[in-house]
Parts: sequence; C-alpha cells; structure tokens
Amino acid sequence: MTTLTTRTAAAPTTPERATVKPKRRGAHWAAIAFVIPLVLYLLLFYAYPLVQNLTMSLHRFDRGTFINGGAPFVGLEIYRDVFDHPQFWTIVWQTTVFTAVSLAFQYLIGLTIAVFFHRGGFRLAAPLRGMFLVPWLLPIIVSGTTWQWMMNPDAGLLNSFLGLFGADPVWWLSADNALMSVAIANIWLGIPFNLVILYSGLQGIPKELYEAASMDGATPWQQFWRITLPMLRPVTLITLLLGLVYTLKVVDIIWIMSMGTGTSQTLATWAYGMSVGKGASGVIRYSEASAVGTILLLAALAFGLIYIAAQRKQEH
Amino acid sequence: MSRTWWKNPIALAMTALMLFPLYWMLNVSFTKRESIRGGDLVPVDFTVDHYAVVFRDQLPYLGTSLLIGTGTVVLTLAIAAPASFALASMAVPGRRSIGFALIVAQMVPAVVMSLGLYSIYNTVGLLDTLPGLILADSTIAVPFAVLLLTAFMAGIPRELLQAAQIDGASHWRTFRSIVLPVSRNAIITSALFAFLWAWSDFIFASTLNREGGLLRPITMGIYNYIGAQNQEWGPMMATAVVASIPAAVLLVVAQKYVAAGVTAGAVKN
Repeated sequence: MTTLTTRTAAAPTTPERATVKPKRRGAHWAAIAFVIPLVLYLLLFYAYPLVQNLTMSLHRFDRGTFINGGAPFVGLEIYRDVFDHPQFWTIVWQTTVFTAVSLAFQYLIGLTIAVFFHRGGFRLAAPLRGMFLVPWLLPIIVSGTTWQWMMNPDAGLLNSFLGLFGADPVWWLSADNALMSVAIANIWLGIPFNLVILYSGLQGIPKELYEAASMDGATPWQQFWRITLPMLRPVTLITLLLGLVYTLKVVDIIWIMSMGTGTSQTLATWAYGMSVGKGASGVIRYSEASAVGTILLLAALAFGLIYIAAQRKQEH
Repeated sequence: MSRTWWKNPIALAMTALMLFPLYWMLNVSFTKRESIRGGDLVPVDFTVDHYAVVFRDQLPYLGTSLLIGTGTVVLTLAIAAPASFALASMAVPGRRSIGFALIVAQMVPAVVMSLGLYSIYNTVGLLDTLPGLILADSTIAVPFAVLLLTAFMAGIPRELLQAAQIDGASHWRTFRSIVLPVSRNAIITSALFAFLWAWSDFIFASTLNREGGLLRPITMGIYNYIGAQNQEWGPMMATAVVASIPAAVLLVVAQKYVAAGVTAGAVKN
C-alpha cells in the first residue's frame, strides 16, 4: 500500500504504466506460449530433417555406415558424382519436359472448363463443378493404378479405343513412351486444382466490364482476349508457379505407373528410387539420393521465392 | 427453358470424360477375373468376389489408415490452432519469419523430408511405427493448417476478443470458448485435408514404414498388389475403390469445405 502511494506521488504516470505494462508483458508471454509448439515442431520436423538431408549428401553413406555410423566426410564429392552421372542431364531435361507439358495442358484445359462453367447459366454447373474435384482428392496410388491398367498394352482401354480407329496398340509405359504416359495421367490429376483456382479468379472479375464490352459490341471471343485473360494474369501467375513447385517434386504418380523407368525418370523419382533401392538404382544410395534431393529442393525454393514475391506484389 | 440449356449436355460429357478412369476402376472391380481382359464397358460378368478378397486381406491396413488419419488430424490441429490464434491476434515476436518458414515448408519435396526423417527415425527408433508415420504425415498438413486458420482467425472481429478480455477471460479461455467455436468452418477444412493427405500418403509410408507388417496403411496394401509377380487387377481395383471412399464421402458431405481449402492456399480475397 505505502509503496504504491509513494510511487504515485513521485511520478503520476507510473500507476498507468503499472497496470498496462504487466498486462502487455503477459500478452507477450501468452503469445509465445501459444506459438512455441509450432516453432519447436518446425525446428524438429522441418529444419532438422533438412539439415540431416544436407549432412547425408556431404558424407559418403552406405548401408553399413548408415546403421553403424562412421561415414566419411567427403565435401561436395557426391554432388560432383551426381553431376557427372551419365544420365544427369537427360533426367534434368525429362524433368523439364514433364513439368512444362503438365503445366501447359493442366492450365489450358482447366481454364477452358473454368470459363465454360463460369459463363454458366445452366442448371448442372454447380454440382458438376464439384464432381471435377474428385480426381484431386483421391489417393494418387488409386489414380496411378487405374491409369496403369488403362494403359496396359494388350488389354488396356486406351489401346482398345485406338483399335476402333484401326490404330496399332501403343506401348504406353515402355521406356520411350513412359514420359508422355505419366504426363497424361499427371495432367488429369492437375486439372481440378487449376479449375478451382481459375474459377475463383474468374469470379473476381467485375461483371460491369463484360456488360460495358458487350454494349460496345465486343464478341465473347474478344471479351475473353481483352478482359478475361488480362484480368486473370495475377491468378494465372500464382497457379502456374504453385503448379510448377508441385510438379517438380511429384513422385507418386510416376513411380506407381512406371517406377521412373525410361524417359519417365525425373529428379524426384531418381532421388526416391535411390533412397529405397528400387527402380533404376538397384541398391540404396542414401548420399546420392540426398544430393539429388537437395538439388531438387533448391530448384523448388527458387521458384517458390518467385511465387512469394508475386503474391506479395499482388497484396500491395 | 433458358437459352443456355445446351450447355448441360456438354458439361455432362466433359464431367463423364474426366471421371471415366474412376468409372473404369469400378467396372474392373466388379468384373470376374477371367473377363477383366475382355474390357467390357459394363461388368457383364458381374462379381463381388474381389471385395470379399479386400475385406479378407486389407481390413487391417484400412484400420491402420484410419488410425493414422485421425492421429494426423489431432496432432495437426493441436499444433496449428493455438499458434494460428496467436499469429492472428497477438504480438508474436518473429511473426514474419514464422510466416515465411510456413510457406517455404510447403515447398520442400517429400523425398527430401523422407530421407531426413528416415535417418532421424533410424536413430530414435521411430521407423515402422504408427507415431512415426503420424508425425511425418502431419508435416504435409501443419503449414497449410496454420496459414488457413491464421487467415480465418484474423477475420474475427477484435471487439469480440476484447469483450472477453474485459470480462476477465484469460487468453486460453478466449481461445477455447470464443475463437475455436467461431472458427469451426476453417477447422473442419484443415481437419479434412489433414485426414485426406494422411490417408493418401505413399512416400512416407513406403520409406518410413517399409517393414511395418500389418501396421501399414491402405496405400501400401495397394502397392503390394503392384509389386506382386502376378498382378491381380480385380482385387487391386476393388482395394482402390475402398480406398477412395473417404474422399468420396467427404466430397459429398463437405464440398464447400473442400472448395474453400483448394482456394485458400493460393488466392487471398
């Protein structure tokens, strides 16, 4: 009591501070308490595995040293091995083709369907748009096995269909065709994502623009090129960049269909194959897998940072 | 009849084409083994035998997947919800760095994560265990959930939170009795995606739980069929159908939450 009154007498501002400041400090600590599990989680389950991955790419691990320890530090030697691998540039090229082809078709098909549904005016628009999401929600192993069966060379549906037109059966998942085949399945997988995002982008374009344009006599085709596409540019950029990061790192759809054999080997399936000792690499190669993984990570982050910059720009 | 009625058949045809692979999966799953290669458009030689095989062989895997999915949802929300509340409405030191880390985290390839986790799990003995797989699967969902929930909770009117504080509610109480109930929709969306991703996971299951025996998820049950010498397409497709049920159910009962989740990550209103 006495201390309190003397303080009040000494400085009139202190009581106010005395009540507000502890509360703020309490809030500060409360905020930390609420966030600390997340921070610890990010350190333990993101930062630590990443560091571990990097460490493995700098030491020469094999099965024995992996279990018993004692893998020698070799600096960047493993990265050099990876770059010197006779298949390295082929795989980089295949990754590029797989990504570019997937993105282009996912976007074009997604946009076409989005515009079609957005112009709307028909009863089934909403329920059917929902149905389009299904492929995106299913486990990839489900879609992968189904596509694999449809692409079966002698009993698959695709070849029966081509046979109707007298075409020869295609060996979809043979070494030469595998890239095209896994890209087809991956395009199918990516359409729902593109559709939903582009559709919500279309909804953000003010209706008045179209009304004004049609009063000026613009055809729907002109409206698409002069209004829809330019207004959709920011959403397009985001969709493509997100799709790019996602496609670069995708493993399951390719692995399930072809185990990354032949032309369908990408950086991601290469790393995965070496980490489990299957596919093109018959033995487990932790260090090489980690090195390829790190290269992949750097590529994904580079495009990821562009994405972040693009989104920041949009917000301002 | 409106002028655009003709769009209905076109939209139907597009949807049918898009969903055709799934119809084909159903078709094969109901066709007798000897007729599968015939490729009839409808299961002429109808059978449910493949499903009998699924329930005989795959039931433990389905149970494991259910456990892993549920565990991932609980863990994800337990970490994401409180943190999101703080990030949305309190002065958190290092907020920008946390936000940046969360976006970057979503870009890390699963292969890199599985390699790093494999070596850690190998040391601490989490390989081939359910908690190990739940922890790994949660890494797919936590960053997404935090970003989604933070965006949602930032929209809760300040007055609502201040009113609670004036009434003497602690931060924890405000969080529990106001923020959580108000954020119901965003929580459902995060939970739904956490479940679906855990249920669908293949990479973590195939690397961190290789020797898990019956404690392996359903995705590995299907993968076993692929690896088999003699590929049994009937049971494989029947398992695939069963593994698709959660997604189908969620899409029917919770379509608006699904659509909200897809756009949340990419487009900010």
